[in-house]
Amino acid sequence: MKRLLFITPVALLLVVLVGFGLGLRRDPSVLPSMLIGKPLPTFVLPSVRAGDGGLSSQALGGRPALLNVFASTCGPCLIEHPLLMRLKDEGVMVAGIDWKEPAAQGAAWLAQHGDPYVLAGNDPDGRAGIDLGVSGTPETFVLDRHGTVRFRVVGAITPEVWSQTVEPLLARLERES
Amino acid sequence: MVAEVGQFALILAFLLALIQAAAPLVGAHRIDPVLMALGRQASLLQALFVIAAFAALAWCYVACDFSVQLVAEHANTAQPLAYRFAATWGSHEGSMLLWVLILAIYGGAVAQFGGNLRETLQARVLGVQGLVGAAFLGFLIFTSNPFLRLDPAPPEGVELNPLLQDPGLVSHPPLLYLGYVGFSVAFAFAVAALLEGRVDAAWARWVRPWVLAAWIPLTCGITLGSLWAYYELGWGGWWFWDPVENASLMPWLLGTALLHSALVLERRGALPSWTILLAILTFSLSLIGTFLVRSGILTSVHAFAVDPERGVWILGIIGVFTGAALILYAWRAPALKTGTLFQPLSRESGITLNNLFLTTLAAVVFLGTFMPVFIELAHGDKISVGPPYYAWTFAPLAIPLLGLVVFGPMLTWKRDSWPALRARLRAPALAAAAVGLAVLVFGGWRHAVAVAAIALAAWLLAGAAAIPGRRWWAGRASLGRSIRTTPPGVIGLSLAHAGLGLLLLGIAGVTAWQQDTVLTMQPGQTTTFAGRTVTLTSLELVDGPNYQAREAKFAVHGWAGDYALVGQRRAYATSQTTEAAVHVTPLGNLYVSVGDPQDGGIVVRMWSHPLIMWIWTGGFLMAAGGLVSLSDRRLRLGAPVRTPQLQPVPAAAE
Repeated sequence: MKRLLFITPVALLLVVLVGFGLGLRRDPSVLPSMLIGKPLPTFVLPSVRAGDGGLSSQALGGRPALLNVFASTCGPCLIEHPLLMRLKDEGVMVAGIDWKEPAAQGAAWLAQHGDPYVLAGNDPDGRAGIDLGVSGTPETFVLDRHGTVRFRVVGAITPEVWSQTVEPLLARLERES
Repeated sequence: MVAEVGQFALILAFLLALIQAAAPLVGAHRIDPVLMALGRQASLLQALFVIAAFAALAWCYVACDFSVQLVAEHANTAQPLAYRFAATWGSHEGSMLLWVLILAIYGGAVAQFGGNLRETLQARVLGVQGLVGAAFLGFLIFTSNPFLRLDPAPPEGVELNPLLQDPGLVSHPPLLYLGYVGFSVAFAFAVAALLEGRVDAAWARWVRPWVLAAWIPLTCGITLGSLWAYYELGWGGWWFWDPVENASLMPWLLGTALLHSALVLERRGALPSWTILLAILTFSLSLIGTFLVRSGILTSVHAFAVDPERGVWILGIIGVFTGAALILYAWRAPALKTGTLFQPLSRESGITLNNLFLTTLAAVVFLGTFMPVFIELAHGDKISVGPPYYAWTFAPLAIPLLGLVVFGPMLTWKRDSWPALRARLRAPALAAAAVGLAVLVFGGWRHAVAVAAIALAAWLLAGAAAIPGRRWWAGRASLGRSIRTTPPGVIGLSLAHAGLGLLLLGIAGVTAWQQDTVLTMQPGQTTTFAGRTVTLTSLELVDGPNYQAREAKFAVHGWAGDYALVGQRRAYATSQTTEAAVHVTPLGNLYVSVGDPQDGGIVVRMWSHPLIMWIWTGGFLMAAGGLVSLSDRRLRLGAPVRTPQLQPVPAAAE
């Protein structure tokens, strides 16, 4: 009985190691989403920025787009922020969802750091986030011109993810009819 | 050329680590003094060669040798010299080299200064250190070689991430590593003790300074990291429950528990197998901290060098070392002499309770950090664990622990009585009640929780003051002498517990009374915020060494007097950073961060952070307490046999 107590730590370690080992095989930054190959769920979100029309899923058709989920309390969002600003200048359609916070906070963040979004909506209670399967910020969906989800990036779009995956994909989507 | 010297030094160090692993372990088993001496020599030489390798890499950075791939990826000529040097550990490979450097230095220190240890114990400690060193040197050489060359060499390198170009960040990783790696010594001591089958008070006396030597820099490193995040990330937070922050907090919690349980083992010979287990787990969590940042298993702000292959290596190292140590533990620990029993009301039981809380807190953080991984494996759902989880789990466990902190040092060893304890606790309790009432008048019932937290902080501070205070009061007849003869260990204990009180004071203040606002300001415009009037006096572009900044100057008039603040928004070649303007006073900070231009003015975000500086003051005070304790000669003199001739005989008074 006493010996069993001393074996417990080894047993627990084994569980943790197996968990980590399995966990290693998945890549947290480029996880497939249940939504891939499916149309974007329908949502209509109020505006983040004062005086604009917000964001609805209907508005995201007609051309390939990035749908980026962000929040003002999110540190990694600042990592991908310069990239999004550059994309905006290059004319890429970038839409934003300000996730799980009041619009005023998102607006303040955008005002402070710069606003990369052509369209932006506020999802204060995370309702649209649930339909999208958002697990945290930042998260980005790549949409084709029919509004179908083609790819999902969990976490910041690092320069590697951008140049190796997202940029080529966007170029391909531009060529698709 | 220098890079190749470094490469050779690294390979030699690896071979020496293998000798250091084999010779003393075999030597201790056969009681062969020659092999054991060989182990000591190997440790010292290994330290020397790792230092040489590190110096070679640092030289490549300082000299901007862009033919070294790592240098070309993390430094450029525009970067100031200090940050080129600091970039040495700004990458995955460089930081692993720093890790190994510190490990080798600790190993060398055990070989050099461990002369008062039992010879077989010292040999086994060195052998285990050598095993760990060989594993990490192998990891470095075979998967993350820092000295790879580029041909042709690029004319200019890529700049280090500007967020990392900051004095806080220059010292943050080395301090954390000093802590993480320092726990390897405690781990080696634990494994050596299991191999010897002997854990006693002398063992605890030897291991405690090493635990303290790791705990002090870890405390400083965590505090500095929090301070850096506060002023550099530009949004005024000080702790984010980010996985990598948690990775440093877990070994800290267990290391703190270990410090206390080793004290019980040293003084009373109790809790031997528990202390051994803590020593093993503390280092395992330090390894997991390394693993977390590098494997890509979790996403985090800090996660650089995401590479599953490296993750497999580090997971293997964790598995082998922790697994072997725990199997050895399961095999040997039941046979260890069980500790002496103690009364329910005694300092031993106080510390046992402390250990119970600290271990549970570490488990809570562990679950919060890794739950997303496990949930996903089980259900395929992705979840995120954020501050609300910790507010509901960490805080309710931390608060009783903080309340208990005052009891420990007031209890006597072996057994105590309630009436005596009550008498000793009367002064701190009265102080806490008085402070609580005073703050209640100021804050009102609306802030009852914060008021209670501040009263708890006062309880901690008064309790800490009472530790030397009671001693001095008893010896007040010759106060000078009773102050002089107070052991540094007692002062250190008091300072560390007081630091905890200050930390709590800061957390309570900023959590309850923080205010913030956002507005667009034109030059010349004045606004009122949190009892201050703030005027934007000028707005201009300035040039730094490797960035251009939009600089805003503010004139502030408030209860802390008149002062000027300068905030910057810096544009580096690749990204932007915010240099917040912070005015620090003991009662609270004004934190102003400037954003992008808008309508001819600039976006300004302001926070009022009451009492926040006490958070970091408390952290550093805890570390200072540790340092004072470490200076206690009772700790440094290992074997009790040696002490007599060094104890000055107190002169008879008068």
